[in-house]
Amino acid sequence: MKDRLRRTMMFVPGNNPSMMTDAYLYGPDSIMLDLEDSVTMAEKDAARLLVHNALKTIDYGNTEMVVRINPLNTPYGKKDVEAVVSAGVNVIRMPKTETAEEVKELEAEIIKVEERLGCVGRTQIMAAIESALGVINAYEIATASKRMMGIALGAEDYTASLKTPRTDEGTELLMARQTIVVASRAAGINCFDTVYSNLNDMDAFRREVEAIKALGFDGKSIINPRQIEVVNEVFAPKQKDIEKALRIKAAIKEAAAKGSGVISLNGKMVDKPVVIRAEHTIELAIASGILREEDL
Amino acid sequence: MTINKAFAGTLESGDIMIQIEPSEEGKLNIELDSTVAYQFGEQIKKVIADTLKELEITSANVKATDKGALDCTIKARVTCAAVRATGKDVWNA
Repeated sequence: MKDRLRRTMMFVPGNNPSMMTDAYLYGPDSIMLDLEDSVTMAEKDAARLLVHNALKTIDYGNTEMVVRINPLNTPYGKKDVEAVVSAGVNVIRMPKTETAEEVKELEAEIIKVEERLGCVGRTQIMAAIESALGVINAYEIATASKRMMGIALGAEDYTASLKTPRTDEGTELLMARQTIVVASRAAGINCFDTVYSNLNDMDAFRREVEAIKALGFDGKSIINPRQIEVVNEVFAPKQKDIEKALRIKAAIKEAAAKGSGVISLNGKMVDKPVVIRAEHTIELAIASGILREEDL
Repeated sequence: MTINKAFAGTLESGDIMIQIEPSEEGKLNIELDSTVAYQFGEQIKKVIADTLKELEITSANVKATDKGALDCTIKARVTCAAVRATGKDVWNA
């Protein structure tokens, strides 16, 4: 399912069984099991088998399951694809994506496995953009395949490629962040901000989440369950926005009952973008536990 | 199938360490040390034996040190140790 709530995508090392089994208890929207940077070269085979068996066996409920694979040009990438597609992963996250061709190459590998299993089209793709070239090609990457679910910023490698350090203010990331949001919106897919690694400064983390929400991101990659609550709080809609969204929803219902295509609220016409925003607000309010679906 | 000495897994909570080596007796011997042996010992041994059978390994000495691993973790670690011991991978790619 492409269209779903993705405020938090929690990174979990792919070679740590207890973290992998417990992760969903904290309620992230998506869990990203990692086969790449958090796994040493000597343990790539072990992590791949662990992730494969966990995906096949553990009931993660409604949590979206993502696996970050190794690049296809390493000895591990293709085996990773086979292991996670055959286990029914929802999304494959490509690391260090720089061109649309890389996405197409991954798609071809996915299709090979899906054809063998008879489930063509099941696996979605998201691309992490982690270099200057990747940012320049963001829109081409975002539109490289119908399977594309989202694009994400990976800031550590990106700032290294810019030859600049990463700061809490994030000035060095501004262009990349805005490019990724705009590219994803133009492509009609989701966008995710990078991780924030300093777990001792939750205030700075909150400021960063507020900033990226304002830029238009759908959610943030996180590295610790403690970060979930902060992201969900920041992304939760305000009471006045929920009330307005509910009034718009009622107006839509009323217009539909009258057989009218024109929706008006307090004498003002409500146009499509307003309706879309209202629907998104209600969706977020339900996910945040502020509204109940049965109350609508 | 030639089996060399190999191991996989860790001694962290929720994991299991599997050590495999050739057996001269021509059969499967499983030695289990588990924090939950009293309740789940037989089940753990069964998962180990079934996984090795699927990989066509019928003769080996296996030492398993379990720290409360789930069945899927046991299967993954046994498969990994077996692949390392035989050099025969489970993936086509």
